Amino acid sequence: MSNRLRWRKFVSNFMLTMTGLCALVAVSVLFFILGYLVYHGGTSISWDFFTKLPAPVGETGGGMANAILGSAKLLFLATLLGVPIGFFGAIYLAEFSGGTIAFVVRYAADLLNGVPSIVIGIFAYSLVVLPFKHFSALAGGFALGLMMIPITLRSTEEFLRAVPRALREGAMALGASQWKTIASVVVPAAYRGILTAILLAFARVAGETAPLLFTAFGNRFWSSGWDQPTASLPVMIFTYAIAPYDDWHRQAWAAGLVLLGLILIINIIARVILSRGVAVPRT
Amino acid sequence: MASVRSAVSVKITPPMAAPTGREPQTPLEMRMTVAHVNFYYGPKQVLFDINLNIASNKVTSLIGPSGCGKSTLLRTLNRMHETVRSARLQGEILIDNQNILAQDVTALRRRVGMLFQRPNPFPKSIFDNVAYGLRINGVKGSIADAVEKSLRHAALWDEVKDQLHKSAYELSGGQQQRLCIARALAVEPEVLLLDEPCSALDPISTAKIEELLVQLRDLCTIVIVTHNMQQAARVSDFTAFLLTGQLIEFSPTPLLFTTPSDARTEAYITGRFG
Amino acid sequence: MATTSTTVPSAGPITGSRSFLSKLRDGDEIARLVTFIFAGSVVLITLLLVYELWRESYLPRHKFGFAFFVTSVWDPIFDKFGALPFIYGTVVTATLALLIAVPLGIGAAIFLAELAPARISDTLQFFIDLLAAVPSVIYGLLGVFVVIPVMRQYIQPALKSSLGFLPFFQGPGYGVGFLTAGIVLAIMVIPYIISVSREVLISVPRDQREAALALGATRWESTWKVVLPFARTGIMGSIFLALARALGETMAVTMVIGNTPTISASLFSPGYSIAAVIANEFTEATGDLYLQSLIELGLVLFLLTFLLNGLARLLIVATSQRGSGMGQA
Repeated sequence: MSNRLRWRKFVSNFMLTMTGLCALVAVSVLFFILGYLVYHGGTSISWDFFTKLPAPVGETGGGMANAILGSAKLLFLATLLGVPIGFFGAIYLAEFSGGTIAFVVRYAADLLNGVPSIVIGIFAYSLVVLPFKHFSALAGGFALGLMMIPITLRSTEEFLRAVPRALREGAMALGASQWKTIASVVVPAAYRGILTAILLAFARVAGETAPLLFTAFGNRFWSSGWDQPTASLPVMIFTYAIAPYDDWHRQAWAAGLVLLGLILIINIIARVILSRGVAVPRT
Repeated sequence: MASVRSAVSVKITPPMAAPTGREPQTPLEMRMTVAHVNFYYGPKQVLFDINLNIASNKVTSLIGPSGCGKSTLLRTLNRMHETVRSARLQGEILIDNQNILAQDVTALRRRVGMLFQRPNPFPKSIFDNVAYGLRINGVKGSIADAVEKSLRHAALWDEVKDQLHKSAYELSGGQQQRLCIARALAVEPEVLLLDEPCSALDPISTAKIEELLVQLRDLCTIVIVTHNMQQAARVSDFTAFLLTGQLIEFSPTPLLFTTPSDARTEAYITGRFG
Repeated sequence: MATTSTTVPSAGPITGSRSFLSKLRDGDEIARLVTFIFAGSVVLITLLLVYELWRESYLPRHKFGFAFFVTSVWDPIFDKFGALPFIYGTVVTATLALLIAVPLGIGAAIFLAELAPARISDTLQFFIDLLAAVPSVIYGLLGVFVVIPVMRQYIQPALKSSLGFLPFFQGPGYGVGFLTAGIVLAIMVIPYIISVSREVLISVPRDQREAALALGATRWESTWKVVLPFARTGIMGSIFLALARALGETMAVTMVIGNTPTISASLFSPGYSIAAVIANEFTEATGDLYLQSLIELGLVLFLLTFLLNGLARLLIVATSQRGSGMGQA
């Protein structure tokens, strides 16, 4: 073997090993993050964390019960806005629409998806906070709901399109009208993918902080109803992390662990559902 | 030889062959009639002045080379062509002397059922597949009994009676196609349209389905599109030969295959093109 | 020739698709209308968003005009608002992030697409997807308590002593600053580069690789000299996508960048980004000009990400079409 060839082979093995290292580094970041959160936050997760309100500034103890409930409220509102628009809009795109309208709607959805979350916050502020003159869960839920729309819309459309035409024709040949075909055959055939899309969209907005900073804002107490400033887990983490109190740092870790745990579990469930397979007839 | 086509008219005259004494002159009831049908996809015309009578409780087959329009013609009979945007139909199609184009299409499709080339059961259980047509048409009464009846008619009951809740996808290809037959029969159609129903199946399943078709004549009128001439000869009572969108010949099956009246028919059935 | 009558007496109605009335009766037209309203609302919302951003930023646009983008003074007390420090900070941190993330990301993507057996590749991709799902504030949390101390105690002094002659590594290092933000951003955008690049590389037709190997190239040479150039546009697309993400990133950046509107060559210097200043000062903004200046910054950010995302999509689509044989070899 010539020297040149030996060198080339060496370079090849070296570079390929380097790429393996890159992949290793990337993946290990995930485990590092998880490990760190478990280590620092695990000890602080207690019954208090889930049930108590934050303690007065400077005092130790207390929990994040209001933030947990607040996040639940915000996500509930977000789902109420984002899922129907995404789902029914996708049905329109996949089953009813012609080329031009479909292109425009898809383009708008992709555009909306690419908008930085802080700008979505500005939009929600000017639309919901300004007219009512105060921060509210409605504004926060609206901002998060907006972010859910594109993910739900595009994914649901993909899964609806993937249902074979033969199934649709089979139903129509039995006398089903178009909407009955969609409701009783097409959507059930695509339900796995649609569910996955909704779960992933949910997990995405569950961790969003920026759009809440000036919509739901925050609250050290319970917020009644939907028109009050509302605490949320991500905003609490932010507030506590940059504050000078060690006890708050400890609680920020715990909250981070809870939030990340929730998001990762939803992601894993969604992907498992999807990998179980979409219903396709054996040929 | 008298042109068969001149004998086929709009109204209720059956397609009579030249009198040979061989064919019984019993008047046949016509279930469906196709009259002066021209069909277009956009600007392109694919069916030219088709005139055809479909006899009740008989099997009529449509044969011809690929692209001759036989599937297109079949799909007009239950207005499935309307699922394509650019499709345009001119002419009349009658069922029991009523124009199908003037009726409610979903009601029509209950009377005229269809089977497709590849089995297309729904991602539901065997039971739910057969029951589907009954449920969406709001049929009252015992669904379970109707499902059993259909599965028996489709010669599938014995094979699946203990697994009705299983997914339809667990059946073999031939069984799935018979399931689709059961599904179509459940709504008690007057006419059953079959678009090359055996082309995706193995020979044994094909034989089973052909056997079935002959028996199903008692229940309904059957129109079958097939590219397999032997199948048409085995199964059908009447055969129509189409070529590039035109109806070339339409006769009782034995006659068409033994003494075709048009040179092109003869060329096709002897395999000179196809 | 069979006589087909050329004059076709059209004995009946011409029907194309079903009549409107028949569709209405079946409820199909209602279904179409209802779903159309939902789909249309997406377009409406997007238009409204752009409109609101434009409308709510008219004060600074009229007062400062183009000078807004080149003034480096941000002084709320005297109503002087200049966007330059934020644009600078955004650009610097995003560039740094890409400098770190692109080699690492493409390297990992090459490993996943070319070397790893399918099962390992899929498993690792699964973890990468999970990494992409980690919220920004968690990265910020780790940034504050892990990256900043490490920067302050180890990395910044090391860089200073070894490369301190460069203007980038001069000045005191407190842990926060452009470099820290750049590093945290890099970690955040790596998953995007990996995912998209991996897809793009996988879609390169087999015969490209095989042609190179058949000529005696080593695996690395076939990858570097044949596959990668073929997938070049798609990978550019993934970089643009990552860039768009980096530009809009708020929480992690604001927690580690130092939040001071400074323009400095030193990467150790604290700085500010567009998203960070909006996040920090929006609720404190007194007066319409202040608030609307922040909104104008949001408009700038929107336009930047809009352009980048659009470009990215074009590039990625172009590569996938090439891969399917529609382009020239």
